[in-house]
Amino acid sequence: MKEEEMASATAESKTVFGFWVYLMTDCVLFASLFATFVVLRNNTYGGPSGQDLFSLSFVLSETIILLVSSFSIGLAWLAAREGNKRPVLSFMALTFLLGLAFLTLEIKEFNHLYQEGNSWRRSGFLSAFFTLVGTHGAHITAGLIWMATMMVLIYRRGIYATNVRRVTMLALFWHFLDVIWIFIFSIVYLMGIIG
Amino acid sequence: MNLLGRLNLDAIWQGPVTAIGQLTVLLSGIAIVGLLFYFKRWKWLWREWLTTVDPKKIGVMYIIVAVAMGLRAFSDALMMRAQQAVASGDNSGFLSSDTYQQVFSAHGSIMIFFMAMGLMFGLFNLIVPLQIRARDVAFPFLNATSFWLFFAGAMLFNTSLLIGGFAATGWLAYPPLSELAYSPGPGVDYWIWGLQIAGIGSLLSGINFFVTILKMRAPGMNLMKMPMFCWSVLGSLVLILFAFPILTATLTMLALDRSLGMHFFTSDFGGNPMMYVNLIWAWGHPEVYILILPAFGIFSEVVATFSRKRLFGYTSMVWAIWAIVVLSFIVWLHHFFTMGAGANVNAFFGIMTMAIAVPTGVKIFNWLFTMYRGRIKFATPMLWFMGFVATFTVGGVAGVIMAIPPADFQLHNSLFLVAHFHTMLIGGVVFGFFAGLIYWFPKIFGFKLNERIGRYAFWCWFFGFLLAFIPLYILGLMGATRRLDGYDASLGWQPLFIVAGVGVLIIGLGIALQALQVIVSIRQRNANLDKTGDPWNGRTLEWATASPSVFYNFARITPVNDRDAWWAEKQVKTPPPKPRYEDIEIPKNTSAALIMAFLAFNFGFGYVWHMYWLSVLCFFGIITCLIIRSLKDEHEYTLPAHDVAKVEAAIRRRYA
Amino acid sequence: MKFSRLSYATGFVLSLGLTSAAFLLVWRQTNSDSTAFSEKFLITWVIALALAQLFTQLVFFLHLGRERSPRWNLTVLSFAALVVLILVLGSLWIMNNLNYHQANEMTPAETDKYILEDEGIH
Repeated sequence: MKEEEMASATAESKTVFGFWVYLMTDCVLFASLFATFVVLRNNTYGGPSGQDLFSLSFVLSETIILLVSSFSIGLAWLAAREGNKRPVLSFMALTFLLGLAFLTLEIKEFNHLYQEGNSWRRSGFLSAFFTLVGTHGAHITAGLIWMATMMVLIYRRGIYATNVRRVTMLALFWHFLDVIWIFIFSIVYLMGIIG
Repeated sequence: MNLLGRLNLDAIWQGPVTAIGQLTVLLSGIAIVGLLFYFKRWKWLWREWLTTVDPKKIGVMYIIVAVAMGLRAFSDALMMRAQQAVASGDNSGFLSSDTYQQVFSAHGSIMIFFMAMGLMFGLFNLIVPLQIRARDVAFPFLNATSFWLFFAGAMLFNTSLLIGGFAATGWLAYPPLSELAYSPGPGVDYWIWGLQIAGIGSLLSGINFFVTILKMRAPGMNLMKMPMFCWSVLGSLVLILFAFPILTATLTMLALDRSLGMHFFTSDFGGNPMMYVNLIWAWGHPEVYILILPAFGIFSEVVATFSRKRLFGYTSMVWAIWAIVVLSFIVWLHHFFTMGAGANVNAFFGIMTMAIAVPTGVKIFNWLFTMYRGRIKFATPMLWFMGFVATFTVGGVAGVIMAIPPADFQLHNSLFLVAHFHTMLIGGVVFGFFAGLIYWFPKIFGFKLNERIGRYAFWCWFFGFLLAFIPLYILGLMGATRRLDGYDASLGWQPLFIVAGVGVLIIGLGIALQALQVIVSIRQRNANLDKTGDPWNGRTLEWATASPSVFYNFARITPVNDRDAWWAEKQVKTPPPKPRYEDIEIPKNTSAALIMAFLAFNFGFGYVWHMYWLSVLCFFGIITCLIIRSLKDEHEYTLPAHDVAKVEAAIRRRYA
Repeated sequence: MKFSRLSYATGFVLSLGLTSAAFLLVWRQTNSDSTAFSEKFLITWVIALALAQLFTQLVFFLHLGRERSPRWNLTVLSFAALVVLILVLGSLWIMNNLNYHQANEMTPAETDKYILEDEGIH
């Protein structure tokens, strides 16, 4: 038993560290998109700017939803480390619903802009906006797919070393997405509204 | 909705010259398939190669693909030299302008992404686990996936030759030329997706080997006892990890401009093409250091082994690597001094660029000091090292000249620049990788390469290189612009182009000799067998295994106490106690990596030809593969200890 | 339990506070007629609050700093942060500077004068 524990501890430290390294590379990916957004922030080509388009209350609700979901996945992770299947599933389900709500709001915002003619084709600024925020949304979507898969796996097989490792990585991923969102709401939305 | 998008048969014919290339690719493919049928090796191919997760086999596959793509890009070089040698004045040569542009774009892209990166990852796979006394890389499945993604990217490039044509934009595809308005065809899309797919493979490999080196070293091997090759690889990996995401983002933005009508880099609607240049070089500069650092690492091993002396200045070598890594992130503007920045910005980047020559100089002196008072054996790898010292230092100095912004205003995009970076890439990267391939060949295949033919090949490469590129330095200083398919006769430059053409033919002779060397060595292999696993009296742990290494690398992971661990172990006179073996976990073969890469290829192909349904399908296919794979927890089988003992006993008998 | 629920709750409350502070600042600016804060002030504080929340979440959610030696997670993060700063700030500096020789609506003579002054040539 001890050897299995040792083997899984090494596997965990390798795999989780590898996932952390991937998250660090994702930081640079987002940095490239942020750099582009910041460079193109005033290239509205006669079209609307952030001040014209962004709603403070709307972004605040998205932000709170995501923050709470980051908290709940943390609680799911703690429960997983303690081996408690039920709270893991409940907190993950909560995170999933919150994540879905976030995504829905974001799609609503995008659709609204599109319908008004302010799509990604309108200007460099809008291309950068849709791509930066959209890439974050795509990562959220991937996280939700991963979460759904994990919930099924945990429901059917329970909590054991491999699953705990996977929940750890999913929690790291979700936390990372909330960290990126801090900079999106600050640099894109708040600074956009300031002008 | 048209199921075939914009795919049509008219896109096949691209002129008679291209037809020769198309025929070559098709005939090669048919020959390979034919041979597999004739020798009934399909099952063997599937079991031993297509589904393997053994890094030693993956490394060999990387090298084979890299060599094949390198030959394709070399034929591009032959065409370019031939064109420039004859196209003077009224003679417009034998290549149309559009074909010429595709040729130099393909040449650069393939050499960097598939030849150089391929050889590099091949050597990482083959050597790194052995040098740290590990059995495998950290993530074997990811490793296989990386290789097959690399292969898929290469196949997209080859498909562009067969149907549709390649980008005619240069190897970095600057907008606005690469935007839809000026490159509406499939060429740029092939370029984007070939690189995007291969690039993801590179990034995944970066993560894999980074974790491998940091977490899987033998007990007792702290970082300062690690072989210098592994240190260089680690530096290169850090660059890969933090530079490739920039490429991914930038290629994505260009793709979005082209497919969704976005305006990142268009000339209108608020796009900024200069931002592309900025981003692509923020990746591009680290990229060239990604390539050269492992070559430096190879030279550290080769020089120490063939001088029969410890590497001089180990600590300063490590610091030099990290100085290079950090500096390579703050020099990228030197690729576009002329794009309009003011003097302060240009001066900062110019000074940083000059600074980066210093740690490189430190390394060269350390190698020379290693040779000093050593007992030098001039085996072929040492010849490649000497060729490197002679060429790389001179070409490096040319780089320092161009680091001075006012000088660069004259030399930017001239043939002087072309000569400089080819000196770096050929004199540095290629010579280094050749030295490594010859040095480690016996470890990989079990027999040495023929020395005499190897020497002839080296001299052809060395003198061929000088003949091919010294004229270009001169032409560049005289004002010749790069990427032109002909020059005014009144300039009187044709003789220099002819000399360069002769040079490249001599390089071609060198390549032919290398091919001959491999064939002859295979036929003579029984005479050149590596009978000890340590044919060069090496210093590092890869020489502590059989040649070729057994599939699990090491039966026992014993601790390491010294730098040059194998050398230290060899000095111990008392024989080791009878070994006790343990069960070994071996990762199972899998077809998932190959399947996902096949889906990735079709994703790219669908995008290129606007068959978006295919791309969407393949995307969801990849996700499905990943989910299915994750449903299984165990991907390994156990090799019981007594089987390990049997294999080890067989090896001892072979080497007795 | 090293990574306790208390730690997560603390991080959550702090993040909530920092988020609200940033939004409040901007809301006050847009909803009052008196532009009490300058644009520079607001931007500085929004960034500062964002960085504070970044560190909060790194420590309380991502458990940074609790690794035993060797601290590879922290090392890799530091290098990533360095590259991010270089890329974003460097790009801003460079792209802004590309207009250096094209200062708007100046005649060539005025441009020359501007450059000479800017570079301190007398």
